[in-house]
Amino acid sequence: MVDAPTPTSPLAGQTHLPRANGPVGVTIAERVFAGMLVLRGNAIDPAFIAAAHGALGFDLPLIANTATSAGSNGALWLGPDEWLVVTAPDDAMARAVGLKVALVGLHAAVTDIGDSRTIIRLSGPKARDVLAKGCPLDLHPRTFGPGRAAQSLIARAGVIIHQLDDIPSYDIYILASFAAYLWNWLTDAGLEYGIVPGAKL
Amino acid sequence: MNDQPFRLDTAAAPGRIDRGHAMRFVFNGRGHEGLAGDTLASALIANGVHLVGRSFKYHRPRGILTSGPEEPNALVQLRAGERSEPNVRATQAELFDGLIARSQNCWPSVGFDLGAVNELASRILPAGFYYKTFMWPPSAWMFYERLIRRAAGLGRAPDDPDPDIYDKRYAHCDVLVVGAGPAGLAAALAAGRSGARVILCDEQAEMGGQLLGQRAVIADRPALDWVKAALTELAALPEVTLLPRTTCFGYYDHNALALVERVADHLAKPAAHQPRQRLWRVRAARVVLATGAIERPLVFRDNDRPGIMLAGAAATYVTRYAAAPGRRVAVFTNNDSAYRAALALFDAGVGVAAVIDLRPEPGPLAGEIRARGIELLTGHGIVATHGARRIAAIEVMQLDESGGRAIGPVRSIACDALAMSGGWNPTVHLFSQARGRLRYDAAQGVFLPDRCDQALANAGACNGAWSLGDCLAEGFAAGATAASAAGYATAAPSAPAVPPESRAPLRVLWVVPSDRPIGEGGKHFVDFQNDVTAADLGLAAREGYRSVEHLKRYTTTGMGTDQGKLSNVNALGILSEALAAEPSTIGTTTFRPPYTPISYGALAGRDVGALADPVRTTAMHTWHAEAGAAFEDVGQWKRPWYYPKLGESMHDAVNREVKAARTCIGILDASTLGKIDIRGPDAAEFLNRIYTNAWSKLEVGRSRYGFMCKDDGMVFDDGVTTRLAADHFHMTTTTGGAARVLAWLEEWSQTEWPELRVYMSSVTEQWAVAAICGPHARDLLAELATDIDLDPKTFPFMAVREGRVAGVPARIFRISFTGEISYEINVPRRWGLALWRALMQAGADKGVTPYGTEAMHVLRAEKGFVIVGQETDGTVTPIDLGMAGMVSKTKDFIGKRSLARGDSMRPDRKQLVGLLTDDPRIVLPEGGQIVAELKPEPPMAMIGHVTSSYHSPNLGRSIALALIKGGRDRMGQALHVPLADRTIRVKVVEPRFFDPEGKRQNG
Amino acid sequence: MLLITCPWCGPRAEIEFQYGGEAHIARPADPVALDDAAWADHLFMRKNPKGKHRERWMHRSGCRRWFNMERDTISHEITAVYRIGTTVPGKEGT
Repeated sequence: MVDAPTPTSPLAGQTHLPRANGPVGVTIAERVFAGMLVLRGNAIDPAFIAAAHGALGFDLPLIANTATSAGSNGALWLGPDEWLVVTAPDDAMARAVGLKVALVGLHAAVTDIGDSRTIIRLSGPKARDVLAKGCPLDLHPRTFGPGRAAQSLIARAGVIIHQLDDIPSYDIYILASFAAYLWNWLTDAGLEYGIVPGAKL
Repeated sequence: MNDQPFRLDTAAAPGRIDRGHAMRFVFNGRGHEGLAGDTLASALIANGVHLVGRSFKYHRPRGILTSGPEEPNALVQLRAGERSEPNVRATQAELFDGLIARSQNCWPSVGFDLGAVNELASRILPAGFYYKTFMWPPSAWMFYERLIRRAAGLGRAPDDPDPDIYDKRYAHCDVLVVGAGPAGLAAALAAGRSGARVILCDEQAEMGGQLLGQRAVIADRPALDWVKAALTELAALPEVTLLPRTTCFGYYDHNALALVERVADHLAKPAAHQPRQRLWRVRAARVVLATGAIERPLVFRDNDRPGIMLAGAAATYVTRYAAAPGRRVAVFTNNDSAYRAALALFDAGVGVAAVIDLRPEPGPLAGEIRARGIELLTGHGIVATHGARRIAAIEVMQLDESGGRAIGPVRSIACDALAMSGGWNPTVHLFSQARGRLRYDAAQGVFLPDRCDQALANAGACNGAWSLGDCLAEGFAAGATAASAAGYATAAPSAPAVPPESRAPLRVLWVVPSDRPIGEGGKHFVDFQNDVTAADLGLAAREGYRSVEHLKRYTTTGMGTDQGKLSNVNALGILSEALAAEPSTIGTTTFRPPYTPISYGALAGRDVGALADPVRTTAMHTWHAEAGAAFEDVGQWKRPWYYPKLGESMHDAVNREVKAARTCIGILDASTLGKIDIRGPDAAEFLNRIYTNAWSKLEVGRSRYGFMCKDDGMVFDDGVTTRLAADHFHMTTTTGGAARVLAWLEEWSQTEWPELRVYMSSVTEQWAVAAICGPHARDLLAELATDIDLDPKTFPFMAVREGRVAGVPARIFRISFTGEISYEINVPRRWGLALWRALMQAGADKGVTPYGTEAMHVLRAEKGFVIVGQETDGTVTPIDLGMAGMVSKTKDFIGKRSLARGDSMRPDRKQLVGLLTDDPRIVLPEGGQIVAELKPEPPMAMIGHVTSSYHSPNLGRSIALALIKGGRDRMGQALHVPLADRTIRVKVVEPRFFDPEGKRQNG
Repeated sequence: MLLITCPWCGPRAEIEFQYGGEAHIARPADPVALDDAAWADHLFMRKNPKGKHRERWMHRSGCRRWFNMERDTISHEITAVYRIGTTVPGKEGT
């Protein structure tokens, strides 16, 4: 008899942190099993935009390096014809079906990549300093605030960084196989700022 | 204060040291005491220690020459043990309690140096000595080099790992101001007040620049009051970042600059988690360089004795550190600034023996000099110096009108220190690194910034502004202009009032004459660190060196760790005189980063140890690790290499795994294979153009193997692609090619065929893949895949099915890299570990055996399946691999035209063949060269090489694949693989060793 | 250390980009119609100028779009960034 299967997130078990200095400047946590769909389509085709809106219930971001959201769902701009639709866990399948139905007859593509990446949430007054150690983006509030999302690098890993609020908090999307590397890199970078595990997401 | 005999008392010289905070330190094994706020150099001077090292070539005794980064002599090995660091400039090392330092270039001690015999032999150490002496016989160079390196002895790297953290960070700003002297502070104030994001960095612990070592006045108050107010204001501005102890060492393209912040170098050791140094990678919209100026030594006979230092440094030691360079200091100058140094020394209670000015007419401060009773000799020069380990006396003569000859009687003046000034060189290093052009100002004898394509401005002394008032005005203007250009419109604040300064021009005399010809009876040093003299430069010029770049390398002037900060302009001046050319026509050597030496630690940052490179792991990794797998690095991936059981060698384990896969069930983690989701109505046509074979007619639910070539016809990647729907394909690539292939597809889609309606997305990491193979693989799968019909008639080889395996959603591909019945079970990554565990559990009683990459290689080699990157190297076509059948003759595809080039069709191209050794026990080395015609010794015509070679347990012998010229026509031929110690005879065979008909995989 | 303005994402650090060689090399519509020399010329020969150079770049760590750029190979000044399929702005027909 085979045991009932249990799913494993890329950072399962990755909670150990060395003792950090002084007050807590930043927290780190994995946001597990969020639904993620890559949506491709023609941004200047009103039919596509309308169909996507109809299926999602919110607008796709059409401005580069921005995100839109509605409740636990949202979409990040990845390119002129590419978005990352983010959903609550287990909602991805329904969203994917909804999008595919809405987009019938249009040249568009919906690909489930929810298992490809996980999300590391970095939050706290020193989060920006931690990211500055490895990310070439200018994350200053004047140029990158809540609602901004950009693809870039942190150290040697490609990431999507989405700023959530003014604390600041960031959701960092990372390929599953790079997740442990990035987690270790971020916690190491955070040691001088007092990094501790964040609340379970 | 008895411990510090040259420390001046508070009344005469308050200094910026903390007299209540004594610090013990050890220099060359001897204990001393200094004060908080000292540098190692100022503490040594306060203790009367001037002899700090030996020169590079002649091992002459050398003293502290400067008070800054340009120091060529006082290089020390700082700290002991694992934190020990060579080549530290004592002038920049902040004193801390318990500091330990050693002179570098002396053995056995700085006082008694065996290498000084070189000095006696200096006649045989002329310019270009290394090139002339050590190049013959050529075979001896290695021997000479060892000796030279030991004699040179520029410090030692510690043997133990560095225990400290070195950090890096990016920073962005509107205005970066380099240098926090008066001009830099003014620039930062002007820019900071506008609201612009400003970074102000300065290499010193304290900001203020030259003002820290001078007695200047701003707005009728001590200049340091203004500095303090400026720093207070800047610190309160939220968008201004102040970075003391931070050297801007590199200026790169598009205003990218590199800074190194010495976060904890001034501490005995860093606090927990505190980096020792931090490298800042700054991108600035605008840059203001306020890097100041470096004083130039005078080149006169024996100008290198300990106790001789730059006049500005002498004033700094007295004013900033309350440390007297001597009790009776002589001053030698060609300009006004040393007059101020003489006054500072005198007013601090230091005796001034005389001021000797090369200029016939005295400077404007002559009255103040004379009013203090100091003797002023104009139109005079120093023609000799005396003193063994420290200067004791100078000899002075009058100069003729031209300055070319010393005349009249010689006069000896006793002194225990000499402060000299040959003028000031604007610090144009960063400006030059930014590819700024310099112009020569003959009147001042300096190179000044001219034009530059980068968004920068120069302000203050680095721009040739010599008066404090000009420095402040230029700084305010540059800061305001920079902020405005960055989008923060602002006007320059008006500069505070400073007392007027009157100046007389300096007198440029590149070499001060003496009573004997240059090079006789003493040495006129130009480069102190590399022991290059005026005579050496003259010799090089006579030998025909005209280019300053050649002169530099031939004489080694400017090639020390100080990179010629003191010597370059003097050397250039001497060369220009020797060649009777203007310095402007000769130009300078190239300034390159770093401005001062940078530790490797700072450059590496945290990219060391476990963080040196990402380690990519699959969903099943924890299982492999717990099973004791040995791992192989495949790119950044960790893949199980083999799974040794207790007491098993690698050979045993691989044999066991290979046999299990053919006789029972093998299971492989194939998750790392690249996977690309391809969708769109033109997807099939897109694949037609990408792959060498045809895809239009592939049925939905079926898979096909394909080669991709570059347009030069050479194999680029391979893999199996499956049609999931009419407009939907699932492509697999090699593990290493995953990112490359997606980029390749995007490139053609975006740039050549935008009309094709197709979208690609990487799903490599979406799917975890367990590949099971072997005669009983179907039995295992049947146990777990209860909703899928596994009958080979309905689910044949090269087909795909979807269903549930072990209760999780799965996509199963019947494809094989082993030639056995094989199922590649793909599940969403989160289920990968659960799937693997279920397969191992269900297969336990069926003998399921995990196998690693080594067994995988053996299995595929037994079948003659190629690996891109092993059987191919960018020069191999599909036809070379014997795959002509996979190359379409009808449709166009990337690389097709190249396959019809004459060179691609040559019959003697290297072609893939199998090799069998005569002795079945011998496994050929991969990479082994193959010859047809054996000769007693090389050279022999090499006709190919071994690409893959293994012991095959299923065949009970060794097998190999090889690329051999005209290999297809050599079937059955005997060839040879000559090795260093023996030659192996091989036979050419078809590159298929096991189940050549390929029946097993269809079962 | 260039600062490259991606036509989609804006100014980004050079490490986010991949160089793609000389731009505006049209792949022959019918490669078979070319003789070996002409095909080799298309495949291998590049201008490599000193001065202004039009080249292809791809925003690899960003939006993964290819684009064209005009860059001075001496000063590294970037004088134009424009999308694939277009020409240098203001220099149509060149």
